[in-house]
Amino acid sequence: MDLSYSQEESAFRDEVRVWLKTNLPQDLRDKVANYDELGREDLLRWHRILAKQGWVAPSWPKEFGGTSWNVVQRYIFEEECGFAGTPPLIPFGLSMCGPVLIRFGTEAQKKRFLPRIYQGEDFWCQGYSEPGSGSDLASLKCKAERMRDEKGGAHYIVNGQKTWTTLGHYADWIFCLVRTDSSLSKRQEGISFLLIDMKTPGITVRPLILMDGGHEVNEVFFDDVKVPAENLVYEEGKGWTVAKYLLGHERMNTGRIGASKRELAKLKEFAGRQQGDDGRPLTEDARFRDKLTRVEVELMALEITNLRFLDQMRRSGQPPGADVSMLKIKGTEIQQSLTELMMQASDPAAQAGFTGLAKRYCNFRKTTIYAGSNEIQRNIISKMTLGL
Amino acid sequence: MNFDYNEEQQLLADSVRRFLAKDYTFEARRKIVASSDGWSPAVWATIAEMGLTGLPFSPDYGGFGGGAVDLMGVMEAAGDALLVEPYLATVGLGAQFVARAGSEAQKKAILPVVVEGKLKMAFAHTEKGARYNLAKVDAQARKSAGAGSGWEVTGEKFVVLGAPAADKFVVSAKTDKGLSLFIVNSSSSGLKIKPYVTLDEQRAGDVSLSKVPGELLGTEGGALPVIEEVVDFATALICAEAVGAMKFACDTTLEYLKTRKQFGVPIGTFQALQHRMVDMYVSYEQAKSMACLAASKADSPVDVRKDRASAVEDRASAADRARAISAAKIKIADNCRHISQESIQLHGGMGMSEELKVSHTFRRLTMIAQQFGDAEHHLARFARLS
Repeated sequence: MDLSYSQEESAFRDEVRVWLKTNLPQDLRDKVANYDELGREDLLRWHRILAKQGWVAPSWPKEFGGTSWNVVQRYIFEEECGFAGTPPLIPFGLSMCGPVLIRFGTEAQKKRFLPRIYQGEDFWCQGYSEPGSGSDLASLKCKAERMRDEKGGAHYIVNGQKTWTTLGHYADWIFCLVRTDSSLSKRQEGISFLLIDMKTPGITVRPLILMDGGHEVNEVFFDDVKVPAENLVYEEGKGWTVAKYLLGHERMNTGRIGASKRELAKLKEFAGRQQGDDGRPLTEDARFRDKLTRVEVELMALEITNLRFLDQMRRSGQPPGADVSMLKIKGTEIQQSLTELMMQASDPAAQAGFTGLAKRYCNFRKTTIYAGSNEIQRNIISKMTLGL
Repeated sequence: MNFDYNEEQQLLADSVRRFLAKDYTFEARRKIVASSDGWSPAVWATIAEMGLTGLPFSPDYGGFGGGAVDLMGVMEAAGDALLVEPYLATVGLGAQFVARAGSEAQKKAILPVVVEGKLKMAFAHTEKGARYNLAKVDAQARKSAGAGSGWEVTGEKFVVLGAPAADKFVVSAKTDKGLSLFIVNSSSSGLKIKPYVTLDEQRAGDVSLSKVPGELLGTEGGALPVIEEVVDFATALICAEAVGAMKFACDTTLEYLKTRKQFGVPIGTFQALQHRMVDMYVSYEQAKSMACLAASKADSPVDVRKDRASAVEDRASAADRARAISAAKIKIADNCRHISQESIQLHGGMGMSEELKVSHTFRRLTMIAQQFGDAEHHLARFARLS
């Protein structure tokens, strides 16, 4: 057992760190540090800087632009990005649609979409959740009917609604789970995976404003939207297989350890400048400090747990199992605690108007709900790991 | 980076586990606990035969030159089996002082005998009212009258783990120059032991010393850093032991959820229980991670790797080690409570029963949570060192 990184791994970390230092634009760095809203152009700008360097899709196969980094290098890269405070890489194209096409797409689909995803030319969003289908995703109703063209081709007519569509208002494309057959008793078998151009007539995007006042999610309505049959991924009725493949894919950064480390450092610095009731720095107040330490220790434990899983993965060559759900549970609990302590540290100030810290606290309640609520993650561990 | 045991460590852990599974069943342990001494000479002999008493000592004295990481698998197995033999007291505490602070003559005289399993030791340190403060000692040592370099130690030591079985004690006491350590024989006149059984069924005792002849161990007045180092080492060992005990508690509770039926179905089909069970496993994994950190940090002063940056910003300094050990102990203490309490709750009434091993695991985990400092002690220490 050796918890140290190897010399090669440390050298790689240094390389990434130095590169980020010179290539992360100051204005983007500041926006992230100040928790400012990042617009479409901010996100795409960072995406393209990484694409130019060849680092935007490390896990993709080499032929499509992957870096051939091993899992530990990929982790180091993500951690360094988090620690440096880069804008996030929006996962819908790079970590979701891309890998799906690489695994299930036709040659034509790969040629058409992958380079554009890589270069940041298309902004993708995800069409999974519906008003009646959250955790119970397989109950989705958004309907796609296969039609014959006069010329002998085929297309789908899509009708229905998607919701909680993150950054749908920026998106050029949406990948959707749609119902192509509602007659089957096993409802998963009637679901298909469809790529839809957001500019197609009949699509309406309506903002959903969250309690922090921010616009990041949307409702997307489909009203007789015509989608070419060539935009079907894999086979009709096999959409659930595709979605399940994604569940096990690329979830090793779920813990967001780099970003949480940065937030922790910020919190310590911030709390050190705040005065407690007795006039001493808040970091010297035992009650506050103990809460801070417990979060720090939880984060240390999560980091090592994450490294242990990576080590297992590297050795076995197997994709991460349901235990990755653990990283999501703990990682999001830590993120929430950090925002909560940050708001607590600024306590009276947080009540004067709706400040950035208070907004962030409100916004981060989403983390234990999205991407499979933490209760769903527990269901997964219970079933897959514990056999209950 | 690598989290696996190497082949030797794995083989050793496996053989310890096999031995304990065969000869240290819950029934066998029950008899040992009920015996007058509360430990088994036969088991102790096997522990020595397997090389476990020599594991963390230098080959110069017959040992195998291992560290806390090499002991992890052994301690996990001990935690699983709820070992009550005076292993931690001897190998993790008493003899560690000799190995780290002793003169060449002291090492030669003591360590080979410990390695052979023929000498048991204990660390007589804590005094009433000191709680977990390692610096708070009132016992006194004075140069003995007459010729020679002898000392006489006088004081009252409290809850000395392994005291009834110990042949020699390492005793802390103050001289004019400050906190110092002394080796004393348990057979010396003036030394009295009031033995008892602790809540986790181990043997301990209050040790009273009145002008007991002692031999200075290490530098006079310079004991505190050594005490911190050894106690940190022992803390890393009980962190690993906790992981073994937690694993048992989780596994046996999971098994119970799958077999116990109520309302016509296994109770493990109820989501309220499933989620609690999942949280126990998450607790166990997080604790295991911190036990890995503790063991690798406990070894760092003797195994300096200055040429490498580490996963957790490794700097082989005492403060860095102490900070990591405290972080580990905070997590281990919190998760000992969580897992032990939940394992009883999910067993329902059966969990309360003395008949079930899990209630004994509960008692050991409760003890580990506070041994060498509870979460609050280590929260304060961590903050001091940050």
